[in-house]
Amino acid sequence: MLYFSKFKSISILLICLLGVIFAFPNVLSQTTLNNLPKIIPHKQINLGLDLRGGSHLLVEVQSSVRASERMDDLYDEIRIELRRNKILLSDISQSNNQLKITLSDDGFKGDLLDIIESLSQNVRGQLGTGQLVDELNIVEQIDGSILVSMTEEAESDLLRRSVDQSIEIIRRRIDELGTKEPTIQRQGDSRILIQVPGLDDPKRLKDLLGTTAKMTFHLIDPFYDGGNVSRSSMQLKHANNESTYVVERRSIIGGENLVDAQPGFDSQTNQPIVNFRFDGQGSRKFGKITTDNVGKLFAIVLDNEVISAPIINEPILGGSGMISGSFTVQEANDLAILLRAGALPAPLVILEERTVGPGLGADSIKSGQIASILGLLLVLIYMFASYGRFGIYSNISLLINLSLIVAVLSILQATLTLPGIAGIILTIGMAVDANVLIFERIREEISNNKSVINAIDNGYKRARTTILDANITTFIAAIILFQLGSGPIKGFSITLAIGIVTSVFTAFTLTRFLVAMWIKRSNPKEINI
Amino acid sequence: MKPIKIVKLDTSINFLSKTKLFVSLSLIFIIASIFLLFSRGLNFGIDFNGGTLIEVQKISGNADVSEMRVRLGQLDLGNIQLQEFGKKTDLLIRVEQLSDEEGAQQAIIAKISEVVVVDYEIRRIEVVGPKVSAELIKKGIIAVISAVISVLIYIWFRFEWQFGIGAICALVHDIIITIGVFSLLQLEFNLSIIAALLTIVGYSLNDTVVIYDRIREELRKYKKMPIMELINQALNLTLSRTLMTSITTLLALFSLYLFGGEVIKGFTFAMIWGVLIGTYSSIFIASPILIGLNIKRDWSKKNEE
Repeated sequence: MLYFSKFKSISILLICLLGVIFAFPNVLSQTTLNNLPKIIPHKQINLGLDLRGGSHLLVEVQSSVRASERMDDLYDEIRIELRRNKILLSDISQSNNQLKITLSDDGFKGDLLDIIESLSQNVRGQLGTGQLVDELNIVEQIDGSILVSMTEEAESDLLRRSVDQSIEIIRRRIDELGTKEPTIQRQGDSRILIQVPGLDDPKRLKDLLGTTAKMTFHLIDPFYDGGNVSRSSMQLKHANNESTYVVERRSIIGGENLVDAQPGFDSQTNQPIVNFRFDGQGSRKFGKITTDNVGKLFAIVLDNEVISAPIINEPILGGSGMISGSFTVQEANDLAILLRAGALPAPLVILEERTVGPGLGADSIKSGQIASILGLLLVLIYMFASYGRFGIYSNISLLINLSLIVAVLSILQATLTLPGIAGIILTIGMAVDANVLIFERIREEISNNKSVINAIDNGYKRARTTILDANITTFIAAIILFQLGSGPIKGFSITLAIGIVTSVFTAFTLTRFLVAMWIKRSNPKEINI
Repeated sequence: MKPIKIVKLDTSINFLSKTKLFVSLSLIFIIASIFLLFSRGLNFGIDFNGGTLIEVQKISGNADVSEMRVRLGQLDLGNIQLQEFGKKTDLLIRVEQLSDEEGAQQAIIAKISEVVVVDYEIRRIEVVGPKVSAELIKKGIIAVISAVISVLIYIWFRFEWQFGIGAICALVHDIIITIGVFSLLQLEFNLSIIAALLTIVGYSLNDTVVIYDRIREELRKYKKMPIMELINQALNLTLSRTLMTSITTLLALFSLYLFGGEVIKGFTFAMIWGVLIGTYSSIFIASPILIGLNIKRDWSKKNEE
């Protein structure tokens, strides 16, 4: 166990050296690092959100809202088609995203089925097969009524598309905030994980995500007299005050025709406003409607709230306009961002939030550093006091072991979290275990009157299986922890697992190598351990 | 300089003479823990219960808990827990989850931040909704159980089934009593405590395996020695290592407990406790169990080095 071939010796020293080199960038500041030649590794450990500050949000896409919108549309379309074909309807109702249709004369049932069939769109079936599947489930009831609902495939297709679009829109919105390296990932079927480091104002991020930002323009119902709201109109509240408006249900133009939106100031009142511009089609539509309705009121509606209800003073033909709605500068700014990025296909709801401010993050780093250095010092001193010269060898290994952990974390670009630091500190305590096992074995052999070389040799040999068995069990626990993996815990399991591997490696190679070199050099007759 | 030896080489403690005492003591602790778990329950943090947690720091001067209580009380948000957090300037605000509606807690945060930001800095916000907390409970239970099962399989594979049983008894013992302590002291039980439990599983097993390895080795060497004597000898031979490793680990953990910051204090506490109980259980629980389980004496047929 004490013989090392030249190749082996060089490999061991090389790995240790590489460990130190790759760990090195982490003690440098970013500016010194930038001034170093390219040949030196530049990768630093990725700090987790709990150390650098930032927001972790898990949101769910409420695609059922879209399913219900689709059924609303279908409801209207079926009524229109039936009327066009002069088929009399006895009853049509919607509940739980299911339409129930009853005709006055069952003889027309075939025509109704044809109509529904023609309104059913093809959707993509299971991912990968590319097969087209029917969108609608049509069931004839015994009482003669017909039930229409979305097929399972259609629902999952809708969900899939909603999540895809949401990710795209979220990315655009967050990019506008100007933060670095946001992570936006799909999680499971309906969820999106959003991680944004270094935010000053997490509330603003949440506001941006919490707004669907579906903008539509509606004419104010000119016939509304304060009584009942007619079927073709709806009553909406103003976003900032108590007033209500009755507007036509049908929108004249929507946010999908917008090409640009920018915050600005009203030249007369100096109030913050949002300037917007329509695309070609939108401009023509808007121009025609404003020409036909000069002198009337229209409402700009955002997520079912009126944000502004100006009067049409003159036809707006250029395709651009402005929204003034007693905004603050930031509100105008954010509304412009939302309009530019486009509307979310469905509302998002926040299932989980973990936000850490920059102050706490910095404090955590500081306390993590103090605790690691102190823990390390205590262990180093204790090992030296217990094993003398062998303690020094084990201490060298421990230091190299630490740089190997840091190096592996930097190379893998794994994320270091506060629990991750705890994992490293725990590893400091546990890493010496392998060496302790070996040294205790050597002590024992010495007391059995073995020669120095024999004692050391046996010590390493006998401790080997024990060390492997003992560490594999901890490693298994670390792997399971990783599977459980919610953010910070994952960080802990990563450092723990890496620490186990590196500590076994250093105990078996580096410490043994150092011991072997000493024996070779001074050939001691007795050892003090 | 002469190295310090915490355990003399010729130490011979009769660990097994008090087996009955220690096993009954442990049984009492386990029963007490289970009783506590059902009567007092655990102080689940927001990870498992759902809810909102906000950490704030007074911008200048010390935080005033009672004044803050009045301020938050006016918001009418139901049950709000308020405590000092580590430093005199820091407060932790915890709001129970009131409705099952996802996202409802965001409104609570908005209300609280409004009254707090005047003279406090918001350092941390954590919100866990009902869906996620239910999933985390499930994941946590699955993780602990699958950790126990997979190490059981490993031990069984490497040793004999008797050793597997012994190791698992020690593990379950450690986990239940640790949970019992959390119930007794009503310390917050959250996701990081699950992480600590799994690490305790790893650590305690590490200890047990080292002793078992030694017992197996002695079994090969002394085929005729009475089993009690043999296990005692193995325990004495590994005692120095057991204590050394526990001490180095505890040194590291104590510095983490004292200086590592308030956020991971619960985790470190669980770990410190786990190292102590793990060390105890591998000596006084895992090893004596082997006597009762009639282990194989002749190991010379396989694995002979």
